[in-house]
Formats: sequence, structure tokens, C-alpha cells
Amino acid sequence: MARFEGVDIPDNKRAEVSLTYLYGIGPARARSLLYRAGIDFGKRMGALDDHEITALRQLLEDEGAVEGALRKEVSMNIRRLMEIGCYRGLRHRRSLPVRGQRTHTNARTRKGPRRGQIANKKKATK
Amino acid sequence: MGRSLKKGPFYDEHLHRKVEMLNTASRKRVVKTWSRRSTILPEWVNHTIAVYNGKKFIPVFITENMVGHKLGEFAVTRTFRGHAGSAKSGRGA
Repeated sequence: MARFEGVDIPDNKRAEVSLTYLYGIGPARARSLLYRAGIDFGKRMGALDDHEITALRQLLEDEGAVEGALRKEVSMNIRRLMEIGCYRGLRHRRSLPVRGQRTHTNARTRKGPRRGQIANKKKATK
Repeated sequence: MGRSLKKGPFYDEHLHRKVEMLNTASRKRVVKTWSRRSTILPEWVNHTIAVYNGKKFIPVFITENMVGHKLGEFAVTRTFRGHAGSAKSGRGA
């Protein structure tokens, strides 16, 4: 079992896939890391020897924010927007879409599940 | 897509001139402006700029965090008083 950046233990998958289990590592960054470590993308995570693991660990160190550090960075950025009172911050505060999407319909990801009596009424009469 | 770095940030010269005048005189005064499109420059920090929202001038105190944003982001142009029939926040003026 390989352990990177704390708790994440992805195993018995191709290395390029396994690394994407880390927050902040997608397919592109995973391949880039493996390429720089000189590891075959398709090699299973469990099949890596200690040298390869330490090489990966070192590269991850230099990679910049991942996992907790990245999560923190993102939430700090959002907090900054909210504190300076700009439009994007206001949208975050109300948990509405930030990038100018329509809210007349849709926007359910930001707004959460539908609520309100009208929606319930329709269901009841049908 | 972001703006080309070669060009630098966009701002209206007339507004920058006014703030710079205050800077050289090391004085503070509220500067009224309609130029919502101007990017906030580091030189403007600690000034108060009154940004027009189409109806009134909204005083915006510029802090370091705001550098790089546009002035218009800080003066909301819409009045949302809630939807018809929603219990909280009554409608009308």
C-alpha cells in the first residue's frame, strides 16, 4: 500500500490512474509526475519499488499545493472574494452561480435541491 | 480568456490622473467615477472611490486585496427585493 500526502492509499490500479485519487492530481499531472520519475504509466501502483515511490514522493513535494494545502488555498481564495465585497464574493455568500450563468432555471448544483410550496403542490395534484 | 500581459491592466486615464494628483498632494478625497471598467491599480490602495451603479455613487474603500479587480465589481447594479409572495423581506421601496 502506497501512502502519499497523508491518508490516500490508492493501489492495484495503473499508476497514472492511481495518482489521480489525490486531490489536485488529474490525468495530466499524474502522467507528468510519472514521466519525470521515469516510471511507466501502466505500471501498477503496488508494483512500484521503494526507489520509485520515494522519487514520486519527492516530485510531489516540489509540485506545489495538493490535497489539504490545495483545499486550503481554494477556500482562502473564496474567503478573500467574500471579504472584499466584490460581486463574485456576493454570489459565493448566497451560494448562487458565480460566473454569470442563468438562475431563472437550472443552477441546481449551487442552489441545492428544489424547495418551495409550488413545486410540492404540483406533485400533490398530479 | 485573460487579457494579454503585454498590454498591462486596463484603466481609464482620467481616473488614474485624479488619484495620482491626490497621491502627489498626499491628500485623501472621495473620487467620483463612472469608470466601472477600470482595473484597480496598486496606487489606488487606501483611497475611497465612489463608483456609479447607474443610480448612485457607491463609496468603495480600496484595500490591497482588491487590486486587480474592476471597480464595477464593488458596486452592484441590480436591486433584488425578493420574489412575489416570498415571506421574508417585503417588496416595494
